Amino acid sequence: MTTVISVPPSLDEQTFESVIEQLAPVPLGQKILVDARHARWASPYGLTALLCVAQSREDRMAFAVPEHPDTLSYWSRTGFFRYAGELFELHGSVPRARDAHESDVLLEITPIVQTDDVHGVVGRIQQKAGDILHGQLGLDTAVTGRFSMTLSESCQNIVEHAGQGGWVAVQSYSYKKRLGRKVVVIAVCDAGIGFRNSLESSPGHRHSDRWDDAMALEEAVLRAVSRFRMSDKGRGQGLAGIRRFIAQWHSKLTVRSGTARLAITPAWDEDVPMTKGMPYFPGTQMQITIPERIGDAAPVATGARASRSRGRMP
Amino acid sequence: MTHLIDVGSVLRATVASLYSNLVTRPTGAAVRTAIERQVVEIGAPVVTTIDFSQVNLLDFSCADEIVAKLLLRYRDDDGPSGFLLFRGINDGHLDPIETVLERHDLALVAWHEGQAELHGAVTDDERDLWELVRADGPLGSSQAAAWLNAPPDEAERQLDSLCRRRLIMRHDAGYVVPGCHLPAS
Repeated sequence: MTTVISVPPSLDEQTFESVIEQLAPVPLGQKILVDARHARWASPYGLTALLCVAQSREDRMAFAVPEHPDTLSYWSRTGFFRYAGELFELHGSVPRARDAHESDVLLEITPIVQTDDVHGVVGRIQQKAGDILHGQLGLDTAVTGRFSMTLSESCQNIVEHAGQGGWVAVQSYSYKKRLGRKVVVIAVCDAGIGFRNSLESSPGHRHSDRWDDAMALEEAVLRAVSRFRMSDKGRGQGLAGIRRFIAQWHSKLTVRSGTARLAITPAWDEDVPMTKGMPYFPGTQMQITIPERIGDAAPVATGARASRSRGRMP
Repeated sequence: MTHLIDVGSVLRATVASLYSNLVTRPTGAAVRTAIERQVVEIGAPVVTTIDFSQVNLLDFSCADEIVAKLLLRYRDDDGPSGFLLFRGINDGHLDPIETVLERHDLALVAWHEGQAELHGAVTDDERDLWELVRADGPLGSSQAAAWLNAPPDEAERQLDSLCRRRLIMRHDAGYVVPGCHLPAS
């Protein structure tokens, strides 16, 4: 018997939960068909998380590709089928793979397995990031470097903590439904061991009755705790830096790991800070949404060291 | 004696010729190791200047591996003698550097547009005294005492504290900010 997992027409960070809800109760070893025939749109998170679905089970799943030619074309330009073809048994006609330079996507879906991959991602995106963030979103030029830093630290979490490779993708699009302006979205997803298992591997980890995925998320994201913290005080600063970035640029961060999801939400959005008891999905899935600057409203958040000064001058 | 280490050159020679971005912890560790090797080969000069001007992007991991861990080595009792200065730190480098300095309770002296700057974890009193040394150095403890309105031994204690943190150095006539009277070249 084959279980069919339906991909929603609009696949983003929130609607992807329906995929997990369908997948979680399916017993290991059962045949699965991921049905994306009716999908029309997908965010970078949706596409990278779909690849993680394939990595979440040992048995190779079948995947029915979108029927609409525009959707197929866009998913192809993101590089999705380049990797989906290796991970899934594809059903349906897939456009030829395009070279990266032909793509209009900010950063195509890129595998992150080792340190060199992070260098490659940061090197490739810098020029495009400046054009989009400063040119199209109207953000201060300083955002480009900090965006690259954020991307670097996000990807390094996969290399150092996931225990297996993951995926990163970046795209800009108009976020009319909720925000009425353009956004740049970074998605970094893996199907590895997740925050809870990573922190449990630390020699200094103390198990408590309250210990769960939600607490692990709070420790790692909000309190900058790392599994290396006992041996190296300098660890854990990457996620803290990401938090400062999102505060500074009025951005939103969501991190899902295991059965919990944490959201750090700016004024322009509403979300639940912590969701517990969700259907289990392995690894860590992170999304950062950076909005366009509108009018003269400075995107720099107050407090929390919004910007560094060069010390006091005489 | 002064010595200048160009981090951009070290990065290209150590890791790969294509990189101009200091990102990822293994990259930072490799660059720091190469810098430490250079310091040992040179034989602990009085002032070593670490130049970031050829570095495009610096992330938190590399700031921790290079800046914080080099400073921690110099703070060790068995660490290199002499002083560590920085230059070529642009506004984009500052956020990760300040972050790691505060995490480790460290501070550094950097040169920017011909002026020494103090970054990191210092109290307001330490910063005020350091700025006095920068402006009026070589500064003796009696001058510092007058400015602090404190006994000379208290002024000496505070100057000595900055000196132990390698933020000022003893000079014939008092204390100076490293690099002021021994320009890096």
